[in-house]
Amino acid sequence: MSRVVAAMSGGVDSSVAAALLAREASDEEVIGVWMRTHGDLPEGYELSRSCCSPDAADDARRVAQLLNIPFFILNVEREFGARVIDAFVDSYLEGATPNPCQACNQYIKFDELLKRGLAAYGANAVATGHYARLEHRDGRWRLMRAADADKDQTYFLWVLDQDQLARTRFPLGELTKPEVRALAAELTLPTAHKPESQEICFVPLGDYRELLEERRGYAGEPGPIVDADGTRVGTHTGYAHYTVGQRHGLGVALGEAVYVREVQPPSNTVVIGRREEVARRTFTVDGARFTAGDSPSGRFDASVRIRHRAPDVPAEVTMIGRDRFMVETVEPVWAPAPGQAAVLYDSDECLGGGRIAHA
Amino acid sequence: MAIYLDHAATTPLHPEVLEAMLPYLTEHHGNPSSIHASGRRARQGLDEAREEIAALIGAKPREIVFTASGTEADNLAIKGVGWAASARGRHVVTSTVEHKAIINTAAILERQGFRVSAVGVDRSGRVNPADVEAAITDATSLVSIQAANNEVGTMQPVAEIGAVCRERRVPFHVDAVQSAAFEAPTPDAWQATLISLSAHKLYGPKGIGALYVRQGTAMVPQMNGGAQERQRRAGTENVAAAVGFARAMRVAYGQQPDLALLRDRLIRGLVALEGVELTGHPTERLPNSASVVIQGVEGGDLVAALDLEGIEASTGSACTTGSVEPSHVLLSMGIDPELAHGSLRLTLGRSTTEAAIDRTIEVVGACIGRLRGMHAPAAVPA
Repeated sequence: MSRVVAAMSGGVDSSVAAALLAREASDEEVIGVWMRTHGDLPEGYELSRSCCSPDAADDARRVAQLLNIPFFILNVEREFGARVIDAFVDSYLEGATPNPCQACNQYIKFDELLKRGLAAYGANAVATGHYARLEHRDGRWRLMRAADADKDQTYFLWVLDQDQLARTRFPLGELTKPEVRALAAELTLPTAHKPESQEICFVPLGDYRELLEERRGYAGEPGPIVDADGTRVGTHTGYAHYTVGQRHGLGVALGEAVYVREVQPPSNTVVIGRREEVARRTFTVDGARFTAGDSPSGRFDASVRIRHRAPDVPAEVTMIGRDRFMVETVEPVWAPAPGQAAVLYDSDECLGGGRIAHA
Repeated sequence: MAIYLDHAATTPLHPEVLEAMLPYLTEHHGNPSSIHASGRRARQGLDEAREEIAALIGAKPREIVFTASGTEADNLAIKGVGWAASARGRHVVTSTVEHKAIINTAAILERQGFRVSAVGVDRSGRVNPADVEAAITDATSLVSIQAANNEVGTMQPVAEIGAVCRERRVPFHVDAVQSAAFEAPTPDAWQATLISLSAHKLYGPKGIGALYVRQGTAMVPQMNGGAQERQRRAGTENVAAAVGFARAMRVAYGQQPDLALLRDRLIRGLVALEGVELTGHPTERLPNSASVVIQGVEGGDLVAALDLEGIEASTGSACTTGSVEPSHVLLSMGIDPELAHGSLRLTLGRSTTEAAIDRTIEVVGACIGRLRGMHAPAAVPA
């Protein structure tokens, strides 16, 4: 009998995904797996909304018990520390905006779970609670937007290649969030009414500055805030404390709203601008990957999304290297932030994407 | 039916034990402290259980204190006697391979101003009695050394350590939770002051342990309330469990299958696999314990893989929340931390057959091959 691993976070989505699999799968064994991504928190922290707390493991275990499926904890602390937390910190130090949820999906949920998990559990596929769909058409797997456009998570999944897509299932792809909640209630899953997790799971109080100091010894050195002309208009606490598009915490009063336009690590400078100065029509992208496997060549039209839940916009994409492309949007887009993903779509199909390098 | 090779974690209840317990879970429901007939009947069961356990280990009934677990017995010994003997000094000597119930309890005393000396072990996990002797000072109030290690099965020279303690007139606690299934603890031969025991490691029920406390040993109770257990452990006694505990010990020291032959067959088969080495002492080890470290494998992953193939085992490096701290036991034996991640413990029991051993060797070999290669089975075609 073949086996499928259900990645269970302890949240409602992955609980329902596992339940749907367990309910439907008569010819395959479903194995519930919760990934331990980081160690126990210091005493006194209560992270009820995080997907990675011991409480979440308890919830996942209870769901697995109800579904009558085996349940294991896969320890990925080392990989998560290096690939997600360190990368998160280093991204700030490079003056970029980190994308930890995508890194976690790419390196932990897919690379690590597919490689190590499948070897350990002898399974041939992984199912997750992501809102996305898969189609097999014209000889290859296609990553498609979820039926629930509002919940669509393909923005975090563009890194998956054909081999990974072939081993992946998204049982929630055709469902809306309210339908998922209703199913959870109907199945009396203990996670049916859990709130959405919002915060970054390893930054419990939402302040990443401590992490910069703890992991890289970056305490922050005050430096200039300048406007587009290079005129000093204020002082910041350290460039890595700022990200492109940020409005709050600048301590600059210029009579109108201003935003971080650029972060310049070498000179420890933060450049600000008015709203229209932060919008762009062109930016370059590196680390490109395409779900089809081969990179397209030349120039093509696509719609591009530069942050989760932002609408995607029509653009012209020009390949400028094997894994680099340039994006020219028809209308200016708000603050493309280096470090964030630029994800390309052809209608409902996610073609791939890359990391915004320069704007 | 799964092949259960985790008897060091817990054992199934022996049918005779269940039978002995049942009347105390049903008709003999009284509280042993009550004056009336129901109370007296329960009291009788408790008294008889205490007498039987005392007789089996060569102690007096009054020297047996029932607790809710082996861990509680350890806590009572370390904290209870540590504090009571603190007039002599505030120094506890123990080893680096003790169970967490000892290590973490000694750490509490440390926070309260005690000094704790943990003597090291050799590559096989053995404590050298001379090291214990060297660690003892005039301020030492307690020495605590296990009879056998729960992870690697190595047995300690407790009688020799007891002789050292006796000579230095230091109370000596022996954690015999893991060894008691195979050999009755002997307070006199070990010259022990205190001995921790647990029922569920020897086919008895969970939820009961005991501490042997040599008569005349001063002890500060850790559970306060009523006058039960001669004021050393308050709380209504778990009569049925005590009865089951006594019966389990009697069964244990009656007919014992010779597990050592099967254990050696298993060890031979495992170490014949590539990159697998035995941990613990080659001969001075519990008759049911086979423990190994395996190169290129994460213990927790292997245990999950084995489980899915119907073999229930354990790793020294895991806990219920899946932490990957390598085992403190393996590290103190000088095993490389990376290698210590790949620890596997297989512990045999009464139901273990030769066929199960052979099957286990075969499946372990297949699983470690798969884990090392990290080769998932082929994707299902679309």
